[in-house]
Amino acid sequence: MTDAQTPILEIENLSISFFTRSREIPAVMDFSCKVMPGEAMGLVGESGCGKSTVALGVMRDLGRNGRITGGSIRFKGRDITTMGERELRGLRGREIAMIYQEPMASLNPAMKVGAQLAEVPLIHEKIGKAEAWARARAIIEDVRLPDPDRILQAWPHQLSGGQQQRIVIAMALMSRPSLLILDEPTTALDVTVEAGIVDLVRDLAEKHGTSMLFISHNLGLVMDVCDRLCVMYSGEAVETGDVVEVFSEMRHPYTQALFRSIPLPGADKSARPLVAIPGNFPLPHERPPGCNFGPRCDYFVAGRCDAQEIPMLPAGGAPRHNSRCIRVDEIDWDAPPALAATAEPVPPGEVVIEASDLRKYYETAPGMFGGGTAKIVKANEQIDFSARAGETLAIVGESGCGKSTLAKVLMGLEVASAGTVTLNGDQIQQLPVEKRGPALISSLQMVFQNPFDTLNPSMSIGAQIIRALEIFQIGSSAADRHDRMLKLLDLVKLPREFATRKPRQLSGGQKQRVGIARAFAGEAKVVVADEPVSALDVSVQAAVTDLLMEIQRKNRTTLLFISHDLGIVRYLSDRVLVMYLGHVVEIGTTAEVFSPPFHPYTEALLSAVPVADPRVTRKRIVLQGDIPSAMNPPPGCPFQTRCRWKPLVPGNLCETVVPELRPIAGGHRVKCHLTDAQLATMEPVIEVAAE
Amino acid sequence: MLNFLLRRILTMVATALVLTFVVFWLTNLPPNLEKLAKSEGNARMTDAEVTSWLDRNGHAQPLLKRYGEWLGVAPGWTDERDGVTSGRCIARGTLPEDNPAFCGVLQGYWGQSTVFKAPVSEIIATRLGLTGILMFWVMVLMVPSALLIGILAGMREGSRLDRVLSTASITTTATPEYVSGVILIVVFSSSMVGLKWFKGTATSAMDGITFENFFLPVLTIALYGMGYIARMTRASMSEVMTAQYIRTARLKGASFGRVVVRHALRNALIAPFTVIMLQFPWLLNGVVIVETLFNFKGFGWTLVQAAGNNDIQLLLGCSVVAVVVVLVTQAMSDVGYVLLNPRIRVS
Repeated sequence: MTDAQTPILEIENLSISFFTRSREIPAVMDFSCKVMPGEAMGLVGESGCGKSTVALGVMRDLGRNGRITGGSIRFKGRDITTMGERELRGLRGREIAMIYQEPMASLNPAMKVGAQLAEVPLIHEKIGKAEAWARARAIIEDVRLPDPDRILQAWPHQLSGGQQQRIVIAMALMSRPSLLILDEPTTALDVTVEAGIVDLVRDLAEKHGTSMLFISHNLGLVMDVCDRLCVMYSGEAVETGDVVEVFSEMRHPYTQALFRSIPLPGADKSARPLVAIPGNFPLPHERPPGCNFGPRCDYFVAGRCDAQEIPMLPAGGAPRHNSRCIRVDEIDWDAPPALAATAEPVPPGEVVIEASDLRKYYETAPGMFGGGTAKIVKANEQIDFSARAGETLAIVGESGCGKSTLAKVLMGLEVASAGTVTLNGDQIQQLPVEKRGPALISSLQMVFQNPFDTLNPSMSIGAQIIRALEIFQIGSSAADRHDRMLKLLDLVKLPREFATRKPRQLSGGQKQRVGIARAFAGEAKVVVADEPVSALDVSVQAAVTDLLMEIQRKNRTTLLFISHDLGIVRYLSDRVLVMYLGHVVEIGTTAEVFSPPFHPYTEALLSAVPVADPRVTRKRIVLQGDIPSAMNPPPGCPFQTRCRWKPLVPGNLCETVVPELRPIAGGHRVKCHLTDAQLATMEPVIEVAAE
Repeated sequence: MLNFLLRRILTMVATALVLTFVVFWLTNLPPNLEKLAKSEGNARMTDAEVTSWLDRNGHAQPLLKRYGEWLGVAPGWTDERDGVTSGRCIARGTLPEDNPAFCGVLQGYWGQSTVFKAPVSEIIATRLGLTGILMFWVMVLMVPSALLIGILAGMREGSRLDRVLSTASITTTATPEYVSGVILIVVFSSSMVGLKWFKGTATSAMDGITFENFFLPVLTIALYGMGYIARMTRASMSEVMTAQYIRTARLKGASFGRVVVRHALRNALIAPFTVIMLQFPWLLNGVVIVETLFNFKGFGWTLVQAAGNNDIQLLLGCSVVAVVVVLVTQAMSDVGYVLLNPRIRVS
């Protein structure tokens, strides 16, 4: 074994480029970092910043177009950049293993789980098949999967997302590697599942003394897992240092701006709004001279920041804390951010949309000749809520909880099975969207999750907005509609020239603005926003969120904000509705939902969200198992299979009776069998230390 | 699974009925029947005689009734004239009571060929046997080489090997059998080039197959399908090679050969499998040309003879065979797809 002073991985001045027919595109430039034995190094940055390229560079798996153009990668003292194919193969999987973002795509669909696991030692160690399978079985137990014998014989598609990721982790650990590279290992998973995976990775790495290179865009997660971190921007490392050190004493404008644009506990849409980073991420071949972040930086000084290449400079007081900012010693890093325009909170008006005892059941079709029985999927059960004019109601829950079904029923893409939806006094639950008039359609609109797929790629932006105006029957003539379209572009802060552009010429954030313009084209009364920013980069999210709220304030629109991101929900919503397996388990104002007493599920959900703030202490409650299938929900309380408070409820009440959604205080309602006294004993999950 | 198979078979039967009905309708159009009357009776018949001949021989009945008779679900027509009862099911010179009421495809009575003067079922059985041998060797040659070419080309997309193999595949699949067949004959069996390695006719192969008399027809059919299957396999393979699980395998430390054989192969074969099964009906098509070209008297040659001579019963028989071949291969392809792809399970 190496002694503690030799780094496991030492990257020095690494440069990686991709070569296309016309030009060389530098993806990583002058990147250095060091990972010591047993250390976890976080690599943070937005998409396209080169963090995954670094990881693949370490694996020397850059494809045919990628090439290492400079610098060295030393693994336990051996230079990887000059290794031959044979030597590399011996390293991959044995010494360095990788865990990927999408577990389903990373597992071979046509190979049994056991065979995929056993393959690793079969390749690297001279052992027999039986022994390799025995090792595979042992490691499945190690990653805390139930019933290892069944899992060995299972196909990947028979496992849930969380289980698949555990298999990928198991595969990486099969040969006890000394370095583990994790490329966004939990991005595709739900937060409560993510918490379990993160715990597992940390425990196993500690147990085997494995070093980790942890790649993520989620700052909170990096703080949970890593000892040190390296912030990347546009192919360069801009700040590196100890995690707590960097998080509490940022010494690069980009790091600081990134933190100011994510909603941490304490941010508030009216009093302390988020500060969005202006401008866009530069494309690799359009990088500015000098500091890459220069054009978006508040501290930019022309003639200095853009005059030369900026080297990494020591920053702060701590050793190994460096920043790629030429003005690192001049900037007053503790100065509070220039307060963005704050706004008065909007008092909510009259009730605009209301759902009462709304249910949506799907029936799975039986076989054509009567084989099998029809199963009923209860996607929505007893949904009760109301939202007022100018109010933001967040609908929160993990995948499969029924929040998207609810949106579909509201929009008329599905009709309700029972119950009512009332919009401005009219019942609309049985009106499919094709039977809704233009007035109803334009007053109830939706902003979709993925801006990349919702715009027609062959129509110009202007034409698409005008099309929406035509459908809503707004505007008297073509000229009038054109005029309104330009005003809508102004509204969403896009330059008017964009009217003639095609969607592919726009960035993700800009596309989402077009989506918002389209939704508000008919002065919508209610806008359902289904994860409107989750596909966008962190620095763009704040700007789009702000825009959405600004328009809402102006039009007094009711916003139904569907999200799994509790940070952003806490920041922008007035009231929160928590869903689990089709049930509303808790509803109340944001303050009520985010502080005790909680529904046990809300408590676990809150504790699972990593917070990127060293001052915040968080209670860890890791839920066991996966979300049950809506096809086969547990009897009684939907959450009883994973609830840690269940022992406190006498008898088998939880297993047999669905609890009432009962009022706790004011409008705060919780669907739980726990008594008020028991609920009162709950402690807050998140505590912010005094500044 | 049983339910799935049952459903599959029912839809197949329904499709077969529809298809045979269409063929029946087309082959029994009035001009064809008139031609039949004239060739069976005498060529100088008047229109009135034609009508009466058709009437006497059951061709004047409604189309559905005739189709039902041919299929064997409606009783055969009978016609009593001058005290003699003739009918569809009544063999000449026998009494009506000695014959069954139904005689159609379902009863095994496929009719009498007017060209070969023999029962259709007999002709088809011998001819199909000969074609079966041809098809078998075509498959033996075509499928493994096509898959091999596809996989070799697709495993390293854009490499020189890929470009060479892809160009070759496109060339062979863009060349119809009547062109490639002629070229092959000219090059390998004519005195023009002088190679004379193989025989330009496969007539002697009907008695005994040798490499010399059988290779050219087999190659002609195989070349065409080979390019097509190879292109499909290549596309599927190159897509699989960019999949994330291939990267996973590579970064496990598996060698390139192992990645290709253990991880890529099975996934890459799922798509071309359907294409290969689709090739069977295509082969029937190629067989028509190649058998005529090489004078190999199999199914395709028979089809040409039947169509050229307005042999309605034989044409119908051939179409039944073709329909059955298409449907059975499609069913096999569905079942095979399920077996190859663990994500698709029949419920």
